[in-house]
Amino acid sequence: MNRVVKKTLSNVFALKIPRKPFCTEAVKVAGSTSVEAFNELEKNQTFSKVSPQYDIAIVGGGMVGIALACFLASMPMTKLLRVAIIDSNPALGSSLHIKKEDPPDPRVSTVTPASISFLQDAGAWKYVEKNRHAYFSKMQVWDYTGLGYARYNARDVDKDFLGCVAENKVLHNALLSSIKDSDFKTTIYPSRLTAMSLNTSSKSMVENTTSEEPLSARGHSAELQLSDGSSIYAKLVVGADGGKSHVRDLAGIKTTGWNYSQNAIICTVEHTSENGCAWQRFLPTGPIALLPMGDKFSNIVWTMSPTESNNRKSLTEEEFLKGVNSALNYGHGPHPTSSLLGTRDMFSWFKLDETISTNEFFEIPPKVTRLASERMVFPLSLRHANSYASKRLVLIGDAAHTVHPLAGQGVNLGFGDAFSLSRIIAEGIALGSDIGEVNLLKKYEAERKSANIMMMAILDGFQKAYSIDFGPLNILRGAAFHGANYISPLKKSIISYASGEHKLPIFF
Amino acid sequence: MASNHVRNLNRIITIHRIFHNPLLNARSFFSDASLPQTHPSHPSSLKDNELAKFASIADTWWDSEGPFKPLHVMNPTRLTFIRSALCRHFKKDPYSAKPFEGLKIVDVGCGGGILSEPLARLGATVTGVDAVEKNIKIAQLHAGLDPATSTIEFCCTTAEKLVEEGRKFDAVMALEVIEHVADPAEFCKSLAALTDPDGATVISTINRSMRAYATAIVAAEYVLRWLPKGTHEWSSFLTPEELVLILQRAGINVEEMAGFVYNPVTGRWSLSDDISVNFIAFGTKSKNT
Repeated sequence: MNRVVKKTLSNVFALKIPRKPFCTEAVKVAGSTSVEAFNELEKNQTFSKVSPQYDIAIVGGGMVGIALACFLASMPMTKLLRVAIIDSNPALGSSLHIKKEDPPDPRVSTVTPASISFLQDAGAWKYVEKNRHAYFSKMQVWDYTGLGYARYNARDVDKDFLGCVAENKVLHNALLSSIKDSDFKTTIYPSRLTAMSLNTSSKSMVENTTSEEPLSARGHSAELQLSDGSSIYAKLVVGADGGKSHVRDLAGIKTTGWNYSQNAIICTVEHTSENGCAWQRFLPTGPIALLPMGDKFSNIVWTMSPTESNNRKSLTEEEFLKGVNSALNYGHGPHPTSSLLGTRDMFSWFKLDETISTNEFFEIPPKVTRLASERMVFPLSLRHANSYASKRLVLIGDAAHTVHPLAGQGVNLGFGDAFSLSRIIAEGIALGSDIGEVNLLKKYEAERKSANIMMMAILDGFQKAYSIDFGPLNILRGAAFHGANYISPLKKSIISYASGEHKLPIFF
Repeated sequence: MASNHVRNLNRIITIHRIFHNPLLNARSFFSDASLPQTHPSHPSSLKDNELAKFASIADTWWDSEGPFKPLHVMNPTRLTFIRSALCRHFKKDPYSAKPFEGLKIVDVGCGGGILSEPLARLGATVTGVDAVEKNIKIAQLHAGLDPATSTIEFCCTTAEKLVEEGRKFDAVMALEVIEHVADPAEFCKSLAALTDPDGATVISTINRSMRAYATAIVAAEYVLRWLPKGTHEWSSFLTPEELVLILQRAGINVEEMAGFVYNPVTGRWSLSDDISVNFIAFGTKSKNT
């Protein structure tokens, strides 16, 4: 009898993934009334309802989630991973064809040199360059008080450009194309995540014997239930599902942050000639940025109170553009001059070596002549997840941190997260680690948390510094601008920090 | 097949021995399961409880913040050394995700399987042995949960018994074990006997130095309480020279050695030339032995 039983058992095992029968067998045998019955049952399940297993499930197929897949596809250690991408956005499955003649989308990102090099290494940047994009080598930042301005030039730090502005859909498509070039196995689930169990302990696995799956399948895996009724298993779940991350909520990770009670109006505008500089002016109501987008287009990110944003959204094109031109010119205050407060002399003893842009004069941004897209309004908030990693779970991009869009840093922080996580996964695989192991994932958290918090604090500080219109503070701000414009080591470190190089924005 | 059957039976017996369950003995349990007509399945819930209890021990063992934290923290560093040494010796592609494919490796003193599992993920065919039955159960339970590691063969046995069985391996690992064995020279002979000609042996242990006394015993056992008091006995530690010598007598030439250095600020271990406390040695068995 026993011999027969044994034979049935080993036959069953031969059909499946090889595994040690110890715990599965003991549990199932104990729970069932007949070994044979259990074998039959399990055999049927082997053929019918075993949920697919993946190494990594990326929830959210936006720029950051796809960037992670793209980085994983580009490294020898990780290119064999089986990756599932869960996103209900239909654009993911059908390859969206972008035509260069299409009107530019107002959703754009300023990609820093550091992010560009990540995308270049992953083979995605060449696709960005095939579409509309705009490198810019100059940046001018000034404020409404007329007390200060700063000009930055890529040549200050011996670079060709400070950054590149590209439409989000161009970046997204470039990342998808580069994954398609590789033989990386990704499966896209056009669905939403409805429930998640991380199965972090073997105890819960053993106790949860009601599940029909064999233990070795659901063992060291998180189970994800999708809105189409299917479920999948993954050793690591990556929450790349944005600021309102469902993964973060399901995992019970709390966030700290606040809403700015400010909105940003985003739109595309046209000039009569090409714009080659990034402009940012701080107004008492919030900053306005004019970013070059290639051809004669520019992108506007204009922060203001929710009431004002709604008003400006409903204005006629002509009136809206008048507002934009005024905000970028004389609106709220005069143009700054270099001689105010004598700051130039004040800082002259400090000039260790002259940077090129120190001698550049204040310029007025090119006039906006036409509105080239609809006006979109987004509320602004700052949010930071208290933890980025737990067993079998990590958060990347906006799911981990939502920042003020002030310097277009959001997506760069996200690309930085994806890059760092992909390296740490590769490191784990090289050493045979379980990629869902918390020790490994905490390395990612340690690497990214400090970098992200630093950038968030700086952007938040800028935001706060300009939300108060108070005389003495204005002068201080003006002096700070002058300082930033004339003290070359400080200026260089500001530029390299904003370009995504990991150095604190302090001296040297 | 018959031996498999015996092993399965043994496993079940062992669980019962561990929990000293007076209600059941192994034989009656097995027949309960296979002959339900004669015995209703009343013991099944009890069985589940035991397994759950056992699983929680495994969770503690594998908790990277739990009592075995020092081992978990040190593990990636040991694997860095092993990966590079074995890739070089067996001419495997260091850029492969599974460089150990095709290698038969035995992990002597495997504990809960902390080294066996990564070796299996790196593609090796792994046998893990430990003299402590509880460890083998933990290892089996944990490895069984992942298809990538469920192929590991775990046996409650010793290196000497494997030698008697005539087993041979491409690589023999004995990490943090030799300081706990009664006769290190004999143990090394057994490791050598398990190693295929032209195979590799990797041993890691603690040096018998004053610094090792201060860190591995005073700091780890008394100050930081990483390890239970009495885990290590200083006099049974081997110096690198002694280890090289006894391995040489057993027919293994040590080709590479490295130290592990703990950085209390980052809380991480790294490989270094400093072999004054923890060290790891890689040796090969010459073809003619």
